[in-house]
Amino acid sequence: MKTVSSLLDKKWYERYKKISNLNIRSSIYDVTNRCNLRCKGCFFFSSNEEKAAPEEMDIRKWEAFIDREKKRGVNLAILIGGEPTLCLDRVEAFYKHLPTFCATNGLIKISRDRFPDLMLGISLWGNEADEKLLRGKDTFSISSRNYEGDPNVYYLYTLTPMQIGKIDQIIGRIRDVDLKVHLQLLSNDEGIDGFNWKPEVLNDLRFEMDDVLDKFPDTVISSKYYHEIITTGKMLGRVFGWNECPSVTQPLDNRSPRPKRLIEFIRWASDLKTMHRCCTSETRDCFTCKDGAAHMSWVMVNKRAHIRTTKDLQNWIEIYEMFAKLYQFIPW
Amino acid sequence: MPTGTDIEKIILHVAEIMINELKLEDVTPETFDPEIDLVDEVGIDSMDLATVALVLRDQYGIRIDEDDYPKLTNIRLISEYIEKKLNEKSEAAAC
Repeated sequence: MKTVSSLLDKKWYERYKKISNLNIRSSIYDVTNRCNLRCKGCFFFSSNEEKAAPEEMDIRKWEAFIDREKKRGVNLAILIGGEPTLCLDRVEAFYKHLPTFCATNGLIKISRDRFPDLMLGISLWGNEADEKLLRGKDTFSISSRNYEGDPNVYYLYTLTPMQIGKIDQIIGRIRDVDLKVHLQLLSNDEGIDGFNWKPEVLNDLRFEMDDVLDKFPDTVISSKYYHEIITTGKMLGRVFGWNECPSVTQPLDNRSPRPKRLIEFIRWASDLKTMHRCCTSETRDCFTCKDGAAHMSWVMVNKRAHIRTTKDLQNWIEIYEMFAKLYQFIPW
Repeated sequence: MPTGTDIEKIILHVAEIMINELKLEDVTPETFDPEIDLVDEVGIDSMDLATVALVLRDQYGIRIDEDDYPKLTNIRLISEYIEKKLNEKSEAAAC
């Protein structure tokens, strides 16, 4: 029987031991339905999720809810929106009680006196022209000024078919402001012309992602196995989709047979009562979903399947490490 | 299922259930090391344990509490847990 220690040398086994007992239990929270941008292709607004439930406005109810979430075993709160920094009292309530990650467009600078080590992931959709086209303004010039050199900030760079050939240049700009970057792919929920993925484009993209990882190893937080999984939608011969996705809200998960999944995962709407189907848009076709966290989690929950060859297990470790770094469970 | 509560018989039976239910390859009940850490070394997770617990419940008529999963890190510990539950059950029946 293949076992972890039979497949790994001492160095890799030590890396494995650092992550093997982390037992990450995440859930996702819509902090608000409002945003200070309206990006074409944003899954939240393109599927009318801002209308799914009215926001809970009473901060005491947020605090009581967070307490219940903690008791439910959540040890990673992932804050999304809308734009969470429009409601810093709610962000603070999470931050004070749970390990917290906050997605933001970076236009509002949070105070490091108030949030000393809150991990922020700043959305970025391309170069200046792409950002103006998709988001109405070049956010990088503002967000990079707000957070230059901050060790608890990284860019969540959404790659689109229009980015092919330009990724290197953008990563260089991120490196120059002394920040890190994680790569993800647009799922084109709004069906914008020219932004759908084609297999040959995804293939080119995969190798361009590999190239920037080789060129900027201290800036890009990624792994070549992640690039393979996210661009092909395949893992160990299995195809990503509804039957495989690990990030379905547990109380709404009636799949049979039930696949490997995130334990107790829920994505909550901002009324603190409504649950969304999954970590992303309910209207999205799961076979075209390119959600980065869902694909990383897909690998992570399938550990036993990767205890097959040394390379498979090393791939699993690299993806787990990447996730653990992005959410502050281990240092960069 | 073993007729007695002999621990070695239970170990072999639990190993057999694990191999069959989790489709483990290149191992038999006889070669399955009962001391090997199921989570760290074999990659078994709480969903796998829940699957195995259902079969054990059906075959032994005992319930494994989910809160006890973290303690049951190898086949010997699972088998000792079963043996203890079976003994408690027979003592209760004798009263």
